[in-house]
Amino acid sequence: MSEPDEVLDCRGQRCPLPVIALARRLPQLPVGAVLRVLADDPAAAVDIPAWCRMRAQEFLGAVAGGSSYDVRRSR
Amino acid sequence: MFVSASPVYLDAATAAPLHPVARQAMLAALEDGWADPGRLYTQARRARQLLDAAREATAATLGVRADELSFTPSGTTAAHAAVLGGLIGRRRVGAILVHSAIEHSAVLHAAERHVAGGGSAVSVPVDRAGRLDLDAWSAAVRAPGVAFAALIGASHEVGTVQPVPAAAAGCADAGVPLYVDAAQLIGRAPVPAGWSVLSASAHKWGGPPGVGLLVVRKGTRWESPFPADERESGRTPGVLNLPAVVAAAASLRAAAADAAAETTRLAPLVDRIRHRVAAEVPDVEVVGDPVDRLPHLVTFSCLYVDGEALLHALDRRGFAVSSGSSCTSSTLRPSHVLEAMGVLSHGNVRVSLHRETTEADVERFLAELPGIVADLRAEAGVVGL
Ligand SMILES: Cc1ncc(COP(=O)(O)O)c(C=O)c1O
Repeated sequence: MSEPDEVLDCRGQRCPLPVIALARRLPQLPVGAVLRVLADDPAAAVDIPAWCRMRAQEFLGAVAGGSSYDVRRSR
Repeated sequence: MFVSASPVYLDAATAAPLHPVARQAMLAALEDGWADPGRLYTQARRARQLLDAAREATAATLGVRADELSFTPSGTTAAHAAVLGGLIGRRRVGAILVHSAIEHSAVLHAAERHVAGGGSAVSVPVDRAGRLDLDAWSAAVRAPGVAFAALIGASHEVGTVQPVPAAAAGCADAGVPLYVDAAQLIGRAPVPAGWSVLSASAHKWGGPPGVGLLVVRKGTRWESPFPADERESGRTPGVLNLPAVVAAAASLRAAAADAAAETTRLAPLVDRIRHRVAAEVPDVEVVGDPVDRLPHLVTFSCLYVDGEALLHALDRRGFAVSSGSSCTSSTLRPSHVLEAMGVLSHGNVRVSLHRETTEADVERFLAELPGIVADLRAEAGVVGL
């Protein structure tokens, strides 16, 4: 996976905090930008893609190595 | 003066309030059902009569033979026995267990035990609505070495009713016996067809806690996974809590007799909750199949809300509900059911109705929920995200 435009470190935070941090930051980035969320709460693996679906943002996938998810601002 | 509202219990899927018939039967059986039904004196014969009558009534309600039915100390024990016994009975065929991704933890824990002992387990996915992928299921049970298959009849977490007859047809084609965990169906909905082993749990239908049912169809190759004990046809060891068994049988008959009427009354209330929550609480995901679902259970997840905080806030307003959010569990894992469906796992609430639930209870819940969620979001500073 290519390098993200920005990395959001949410390690040590419990659900739903990583999703809240993502929801705060992504709209501040330009459309097309990729935000990488580092989150070790296992619920993030479910909730980050679910948030992208609900907000019509693009979930690019979990980054190899785990606890890390890329999201593209698509609108 | 602050007058606290009367409590509204909305967690029947964990434990339904005791049916009055269960209470009556239990009190009567405490009087003359305390002796061990296995002995040869007068008091024991009376206990034996009560046990036989309970078994016959329960078997008749389920449409099975009395000698196919055993009472167990819980639905969990029945599930453990079902899975492990089904695998042992077919160990010459192979050591693979096929199960859905959304089984109850009792089934998954039995599967873990099987795997720890050298067997293997294959988990079959569900779709976004929590419905079994039938093609994947049929392919999985056809694989060589599959000994046994386990499918939950209806999801205890999201209410989706599973396509048991179609899954059973796939099993029959492959010659693999099917176990159905019917804990959320029995006493509320007709018993599905096509299974070889079935389990249920009395406190889900208004019976007392601590009684399960295990049914093993004639001709099924099933062996008890427990140390030998001759009670309950050798299927489950230990003396039964006979007064509770008698109460379970009496309340099952009552619940099954009322089931169609209760469905007619509760299913529209569940639909009302599904629609109103989606319309009146912003950023909420109502989960589970909208049509093929249990008549009494509805689940939704509120974006940005902590599940535990939501449960406590509801409890303070008198509402007892449960949650599949990891924040509310000891494991810190998100609910494996919500995970398998790929739906939001935090801020999750499961509401389940029962024979004492009134329309007024539901209206009060619906009236208060949007404000409770809004307050929690305001406190967390997530409004407008
Ligand atoms: C689907 C399902 N299976 C099994 C069980 C376990 O039953 P019990 O509570 O009697 O141990 C439950 C209840 O939690 C359930 O909902």
